[in-house]
Amino acid sequence: MIAVIWVCAAMLSVAAFLVLTRMATGPTMLNRVVAMDVLIAIVVAGLGLEAALNRHATTLPILVVLSLVGFVGSVSVARFAAHDDKGENT
Amino acid sequence: MTVDPHSSESSGHVPERHNGVQWPMLIGLTVVWVLLWGGLTVSNVLSGLVVAVIVTLVFPLPPIVFTGRLRVRGLAVLIGWFVVDLVVASAQVAVQALRIRHRPLNAVIQVDLRSRSDLYLTVTAELLSLVPGSLVVEARRSTSTLFLHVLGVRDESDVEAARRRALRQEGRVVRALASDEELAAYRSEGVGR
Amino acid sequence: MNIADVVSAACLLAGCTLSLIAAIGLVRFPDLFSRMHAGTKPQVLGLLLVLVGVGLRLRDWTDIGMLLAVAMFQLLTAPVAAHMIGRAAYQGGAVRQDTLLVDELTSALEADDPGQSGRT
Repeated sequence: MIAVIWVCAAMLSVAAFLVLTRMATGPTMLNRVVAMDVLIAIVVAGLGLEAALNRHATTLPILVVLSLVGFVGSVSVARFAAHDDKGENT
Repeated sequence: MTVDPHSSESSGHVPERHNGVQWPMLIGLTVVWVLLWGGLTVSNVLSGLVVAVIVTLVFPLPPIVFTGRLRVRGLAVLIGWFVVDLVVASAQVAVQALRIRHRPLNAVIQVDLRSRSDLYLTVTAELLSLVPGSLVVEARRSTSTLFLHVLGVRDESDVEAARRRALRQEGRVVRALASDEELAAYRSEGVGR
Repeated sequence: MNIADVVSAACLLAGCTLSLIAAIGLVRFPDLFSRMHAGTKPQVLGLLLVLVGVGLRLRDWTDIGMLLAVAMFQLLTAPVAAHMIGRAAYQGGAVRQDTLLVDELTSALEADDPGQSGRT
């Protein structure tokens, strides 16, 4: 079990790094929002992994909050900040 | 169910937001509250109900018109196919992502749904969006039309396959939720195509 | 180590692999919409698998209830967020025509009254 969780943690780390490069390069706000959504999914997976490893439930409320905050964040950006994207490509 | 005297006027194009208490909404919010507190106790349920009443009064929503009935078999087929779709589509998108020197061609397709119901339109759109590889770009209530962005199409036959997939998804939704009359209307609509 | 632990480990592994592949897709795909398709995987199937894995490990109904809430929120909100982003992108002209084989929305929008385009 522990070995599996370490392998998972390594994969998630690489994934988070790749997503961060996409967030840095953009090129537009919407691309960064998509990257942020994926990053949040990865953080949720990481917290779940840790909860599974140590068999505790203290971090579970954080998962709920993260999934909702991520949604509000991406919808707000899509609704209000997307106008900056006009004229740019992709 | 409603206590709003104006609700009879809401048969226009856009259902108006009304201030009545909607029981399904109340129960749903209370269940969420109990899940979040993590324990089924009397105080949890009561405080959840109070919060749910406040939320539904402060943020009124148009009522969901649900005239059909839940069919257990249709629902099982819907959920089963959804899981299958999810796994298959995830694998397909994974292959697309890993293929070297491969630029997937995409398509934006128009899908005219056969049913005329906001609820089925919404559920179909939700399910289609949840499956990787198809994404709802635009939806029109007036004509029950969805515009889907589809990943990885090679030719016209792939486009038609994606359209048929979306229509099959709608068919499963209707078969799981619709009333007998709606189902009959849906079937006769399908004959003309 | 019993069967539930083995299944749980398999679920966690599969979920994390999906996240990694999605991240690769996010970096490699050429345009916003393809990247969104890649991003749907960890948000839906990957997350569900991880939550099942955690639930099988914890085996406590209170915790499983909370995990169910997370799964439910995610399934309800992910399509809405994706639709909002997709729509904003399309209206902002961020869709790349060179990656499209067929585009039936642009022609449908042009056929409409210009004042009506983009509204539901």
